[in-house]
Amino acid sequence: MQLSVWTYEGPPHVGAMRVATAMQGLHYVLHAPQGDTYADLLFTMIERRNARPPVTYTTFEARDLGKDTAELFQKAAREAHERFAPEAMIVGASCTAELIQDDPAGLSTAMGLPCPVIPLELPSYQRKEHWGAAETFYQIVRNLADTSLTRGSHGGPRPRANLIGPCALGFRHRDDVAEITRLLDRIGIDVHLVAPLGARPSDIATIGQADFNVTLYPEIGEEAGRWLERTFDQPRTTIVPIGVGATRDFIAEVAGLAGLDVDKAWEDANSRMPWWSRSVDSTYLTGKRVFIFGDATHAVAAERIAREELGFEVCGLGCYNREFARDVRAAAKLSGVDPLITDDHLAVEDAIAEAQPELVLGTQMERHIAKRLGIPCAVISAPVHVQDFPARYSPQMGFEGANVIFDTWVHPLVMGLEEHLLTMFREDFEFSDAAGPSHHAAHAPKTPDNDHQPAPIELSGWTEEAERELKKIPFFVRGKARRNTEAFAAELGRAQIDLDTLYEAKAHYAR
Amino acid sequence: MNHIAAIDRTSRPILRERGQREVFCGLTSIVWLHRKMQDAFFLVVGSRTCAHLIQSAAGVMIFAEPRFATAILEERDLAGMLDAQEELDRVVDRLLARRPDIKQLFLVGSCPSEVIKLDLSKAAQRLGAKHAPNVRILNYSGSGIETTFTQGEDACLAALVPEMPRADDDAPANLILVGSLPDIVEDQFLRLFAKLGIDNVGVLPARNAGGLPTIGPNSRYLLAQPFLGETAQALDNRGAQHIDAMFPFGAEGTSDWLTATAKAFGIDEAHVEEVIAAPRERARRAIAHHAKKLSGKRISFLPDSQLEVPLARFLAQEVGMTPIEVGTPYLHQRHLARDLDRLPDDTRISEGQDVDNQLDRVRADRPDLTVCGLGLANPLEAEGLSTKWAIELVFSPIHGFEQAGDLAELFARPLRRRDRLEV
Repeated sequence: MQLSVWTYEGPPHVGAMRVATAMQGLHYVLHAPQGDTYADLLFTMIERRNARPPVTYTTFEARDLGKDTAELFQKAAREAHERFAPEAMIVGASCTAELIQDDPAGLSTAMGLPCPVIPLELPSYQRKEHWGAAETFYQIVRNLADTSLTRGSHGGPRPRANLIGPCALGFRHRDDVAEITRLLDRIGIDVHLVAPLGARPSDIATIGQADFNVTLYPEIGEEAGRWLERTFDQPRTTIVPIGVGATRDFIAEVAGLAGLDVDKAWEDANSRMPWWSRSVDSTYLTGKRVFIFGDATHAVAAERIAREELGFEVCGLGCYNREFARDVRAAAKLSGVDPLITDDHLAVEDAIAEAQPELVLGTQMERHIAKRLGIPCAVISAPVHVQDFPARYSPQMGFEGANVIFDTWVHPLVMGLEEHLLTMFREDFEFSDAAGPSHHAAHAPKTPDNDHQPAPIELSGWTEEAERELKKIPFFVRGKARRNTEAFAAELGRAQIDLDTLYEAKAHYAR
Repeated sequence: MNHIAAIDRTSRPILRERGQREVFCGLTSIVWLHRKMQDAFFLVVGSRTCAHLIQSAAGVMIFAEPRFATAILEERDLAGMLDAQEELDRVVDRLLARRPDIKQLFLVGSCPSEVIKLDLSKAAQRLGAKHAPNVRILNYSGSGIETTFTQGEDACLAALVPEMPRADDDAPANLILVGSLPDIVEDQFLRLFAKLGIDNVGVLPARNAGGLPTIGPNSRYLLAQPFLGETAQALDNRGAQHIDAMFPFGAEGTSDWLTATAKAFGIDEAHVEEVIAAPRERARRAIAHHAKKLSGKRISFLPDSQLEVPLARFLAQEVGMTPIEVGTPYLHQRHLARDLDRLPDDTRISEGQDVDNQLDRVRADRPDLTVCGLGLANPLEAEGLSTKWAIELVFSPIHGFEQAGDLAELFARPLRRRDRLEV
């Protein structure tokens, strides 16, 4: 048994739902009790989808157990086919139905439904959401791809790529697809098929005709990509185009796969990010200590952007999906930190508190951890919140994605010029502690949280004079100054913190 | 397999449906129960799905470390029961070591733990003996194969009833208010009971482990929620007497609820009228403010919280709305009799659910407002049907005189919004 307060990933059948919901003309019959229908609201509320996910649940009850749950499954499958007339169906069991062993695969085969029916084996007690999505997509591709077709037989004048991996409930997947489609178009490559997002089963049949595959999200697309490589001899990309550097590398990689000369695209006019990063105001970003945690793809991309493109110092890096831990370990080596591979958010919280970063880049979980610790935070990865499905166009990939990332990561921080003004006009009422940074008030640390060790002065051993001096330090670094000074004093065994201790600690921690 | 069956208590036909249900399971009630019982911890013994459900369903991640968690069953736990019991001991020990402030621990059964017949009552006894007297350890089931949404609270409160201290046979009469209410609402009611002259009032669930009310043959209990059938049965079994009343929604529902209680305690009618006249009038005025917007509008309820019948009663009787269909996961005929009687004769009452058929009826009826769960709200809005999320009716203070206007406002807001938007 694993004790879990929050989980980064849902069960594998939720991964399957994400694939089904992303596609058109596919229906999922899920043998599951009524409680599992909660998953619908992930799509209709968090992602604000305007239609129910194409999922029929059998919603069996205790009184059905041991008599007619198998019949219930067949009835649900039959009625779902009648009502929704899908091009293809996927069938499977949730964690509870797995235990009652009704065998949806066998039951649905015996029914002889007049459309392809793809059985899913998703072991709930071993695997998790991303694996479930990858396995479901792989099974769909394997079952529906027309293997009589050959690579490059699409008939178009330009090379064509499949975009593999974008999915429902993904972090900015829809915008990433638009951005990468545009980027490929500019360098002379057409998109043959995007899957699973927006694809129909009949589209999947033609997947083998493209010249190569672009794996946008390895967590979901890699398994299918490997099979396509074996089956159709389609090569696939290995670079995920998040960040300016990675986008440039990605362009070189796809150009190689497509046999194109792409000089033009290298001089991308949309890419403001490199200049924004060089602008004088960004000087304040230098060496900001940042803690990164998320899915492996986004965490690895964030490490490179933070280090190479924003001049941050990465003081922590980790991911929750062990399947891709190797990539994160490699990235951690580049930043010289110990990789944190865990799905225990309490361990992540401890690591963040320990690292005392100035910015956290994480998931919805880290957003809450950061809020509690009074540290600014930006979200870079699923699992996410309704807020992370913005109305505006907001990709993470490509050159526009790099622009978006610059804004998103930098805004929670107090800006460069502002940092100076706050120090200079500290006593001015508009620049007082309570005023906080001028923007993104909701994301910025509030003063009481920031200074979140309001221990009585006598107890923490601060002299009145030192305490007064501490108050003069800008509020957004005061919490850290207090913690550092106290740690320093404890290390030296000093019971009292006076002015000298404060400034000795400052010198000790100076970078 | 729909059929219309005549029932005993009223002549009203009930549409009983059996198909795909679209409701939360009882685990979700943990979300408000853990806020109500401030020294309690809820440990779901279940799957990754259960953990994902409680964190997703109510967006509860705002709490840095909420007082609930899941002991996630893994492959090796399914191999042998002895192992699972030992594992549970290990998890509970770790949990209680981490949270020494916890005085009550609920082991909450889930679908998987029910199916593999993991004996949580045995575990609760064993662990309870080990951690007594610091922690009271109880168990109940919030599984989706046994319970829907609010029924989880029923199962939890029923598990508390055997723990209530016994009152002597000749102890003075006391009142037990049953059902978790927001503290502010609970306090309002306690003040009203005191004014009525009923001082000896206990609340189930109590805010703290030590606060369980006493129970005996002179105890009377009053349900604040319509979904507490099992708890009521457990209280009956301990000799307490049920006070039959409408549920305290709106001016009339709250009046009936208080009046019935006062009557059970032999309080003079004139005194009751004197106490409730002013707040009742205030509630009526607050409701009238929104009734203009709502009067004559047609409303359908999809089954969700079991609050549907008394809410429809409030909207029909006090606001002038027309309930077209009132669906509920389960219809407790005895507890709801007084509210049911006041619904219009032609209101369709349905119990259980076949969600696709029910949505077909909603599309045919085209009500002005549909009350439904979160999974269905946006799809219906996209079809041009205004909706009210049922979950807000469970999480917001809506009981009693002072909240009557807020309750009406919850229904008026979606319509006002629809009128206002020009995009």
